[in-house]
Amino acid sequence: MRGFTTLFSKEVLRFWKVSFQTLLAPLVSTLLYMLVFAQVLDSHSEVYPGVSYREFLVPGLAMMAMLQNSFSNTSSSLIQSKLTGNIVFILLPPLSPFEIFSAYVLAAMVRGFAVGICVWIASLIFFPHLPAHPLELLLFAFIGNALAAVLGLVAGIWSEKFDQLAAFQNFLIVPLTFLAGVFYSIHSLPPMWRDISRFNPFLYMIDGFRHGFFGVSDIPPLESFVIVGGCAFALSWLSLSLLSRGWRLRT
Amino acid sequence: MSGPAISVQGACKSFGKFQALKHLDLEVHPGEFFALLGPNGAGKTTLISLLAGLSRPDAGGLSILGFDVAKDYRQARRAVGVVPQELVFDPFFTVRETLRLQSGYFGIRPDPKWIDELLENLQLRDKADSNMRALSGGMKRRVLVAQALVHRPSVLILDEPTAGVDVELRQTLWKFIRRLNEEGMTILLTTHYLEEAQTLCNRVAMMKAGQIIALDTTQNLLAHHSRPSLMIRVDPGKTLPAALMERASSLPAGRFRIGLENFAEVEHILAACRASGLDIKELEVGQADLEEVFVRIMKDGTR
Repeated sequence: MRGFTTLFSKEVLRFWKVSFQTLLAPLVSTLLYMLVFAQVLDSHSEVYPGVSYREFLVPGLAMMAMLQNSFSNTSSSLIQSKLTGNIVFILLPPLSPFEIFSAYVLAAMVRGFAVGICVWIASLIFFPHLPAHPLELLLFAFIGNALAAVLGLVAGIWSEKFDQLAAFQNFLIVPLTFLAGVFYSIHSLPPMWRDISRFNPFLYMIDGFRHGFFGVSDIPPLESFVIVGGCAFALSWLSLSLLSRGWRLRT
Repeated sequence: MSGPAISVQGACKSFGKFQALKHLDLEVHPGEFFALLGPNGAGKTTLISLLAGLSRPDAGGLSILGFDVAKDYRQARRAVGVVPQELVFDPFFTVRETLRLQSGYFGIRPDPKWIDELLENLQLRDKADSNMRALSGGMKRRVLVAQALVHRPSVLILDEPTAGVDVELRQTLWKFIRRLNEEGMTILLTTHYLEEAQTLCNRVAMMKAGQIIALDTTQNLLAHHSRPSLMIRVDPGKTLPAALMERASSLPAGRFRIGLENFAEVEHILAACRASGLDIKELEVGQADLEEVFVRIMKDGTR
C-alpha cells in the first residue's frame, strides 16, 4: 500500500510543482474559449429550453479541460520518465502493475478535477449556475477523468518518443474532444454526422456531464454512463495487461 | 543463509538476431564482493537488467536470495538494490525527496536516520536539499548509490558505478561499499577499472559474447594467468644479453620487460646483465595484475 501512496503523491507533486503549466494554463485557455465563443455566438437561439449558448458552453468546456489534463498527466509523466530513463525508479521497486496503474490514474484524475473545479468556479463569475444533479455531475466527471487518464497511460506506454505522443494527442484526443459536442448539440448536426458522432466515446462523457449540469441532454444519461463505463473498463483492462507484460517498459 | 545470494541458471536473452546472453550460469554466494568483468557488449548490463527485473529472459531462471525474479518479484526486488549505469534522475525533486520517495516505492517508511547516514557516507549532506538538476555528474552518481541502498537490501548490484567519477569520490564510495560488504551485504560489481576489481573483489567472472569464460577467486586468477615482471631500462641503442632477449619484450625508450616465474629470478637476470657489462639505468618489479589476466583471457577467449 505504501508503494502505491508514494507513487500517487509523487505524481501529484510532479504536476503541483509546475502548477502554472498544469493548472493555471488550462484554466486561462478555457476561460478564453468561454469569453470568445460566448461573445460571438450568444446571439444564437437557446440550445435547450431555458439554456443560453453561453451557459451551454460551460460544462462542455469544463469537461474538455478535465479530459485533456487527465490525459496529459499520465501520458507526459510516463513518456518523460521513459525518455530520461528515470522510469527505472518505478520499475526496480516491488510495485505491482495494479499499484502503478492506480497511482498514475488517480493522480491524473486529481489534476483533472482540480482543473475542472477551477474552471467551474471561474465560470460562476460570468454565468452563475448551480448543477441540477450534482451527484450525476460528479459521477460523469469521475468516470470521464478516469477514462482519459487510462487512455493517457496507454499512450505513454505505447509512445517511444515525444513525436508519437504528440500525434496521439493532436490526431486523436483533440479531434475527439472538439467533436464531442462541446460547442454544439449533436441534434444541430446533419443526420450522417450525428450518426458518426455516436462512435465518439467523448460525446457521452460530455453529454452525461451536461445532463448533471442542466438536467437535459442529447442522449439518455444511463446510456452515456454504460458506454463510458464500458470504455473505461476495457481500456483499464488493456493498460493493466500491458503493465503486467511490461510491454515497452521491461524489454 | 544457506543458498546463493544470486543464482542464474541457463539464462538466454536475444535482441533480434543478437544473442546477448547464451545459456549463462552463475552463482554468487552471500557476503561475496563479486566482480563481473568483460568488454563492452559482453552482456554484463543485460545480465544485471534480468536480475533487476528490467528485462525478461528468453529462457532460464534467475533468483535473488532464492526468490525467483519473475514469480516472487516482490521479495526478489526488496532484496536487491541496483545502481544503473546511466546517470538518471528525476528533475522535479531534491536529493532528500528523491530518497524519501524511493523508500516509499519499496514499501517502507522513510528512515531519516538511515537517509542521513547515507548522505553523510556518500558526502551528500550539504546537497540534501538541492534539486537533482543542480548536482554534478559525480554527485548524481552518488545519489543513485544512495537510492539503491535506501531500502537496506541484502544484495547490491553496481553497474559501472565509478565511470566518470573523480579519484577522491571513488575512494569515498569504495570505503563505504567495503564497509557494507564487511557488514554482510553481497556486492556484484561491473567495472572497467580492473585495479578496483582486483583490490575489492574476492571472486571474479569474466564475460565475453554473452558467456562466462573465466570464473574463479581473484587470487587464483592472478596465480594462474598472471606473473610478476621485471622492467629494465638501459642506455638507448643497447639491448639485453641474447639469452634474456629471447624472453623479453621491448618497450619504448630503451626499456625491456621480462616475465618472472618467481622473484628469485631477479638475481640471475641482474647477474647476467652485469656479466655482459650492461649499465642498468632503471629497474622496476611489477606485480601480477588483473588487467594482464583480463587481456590474456579475452585473447584466448576460452575458459
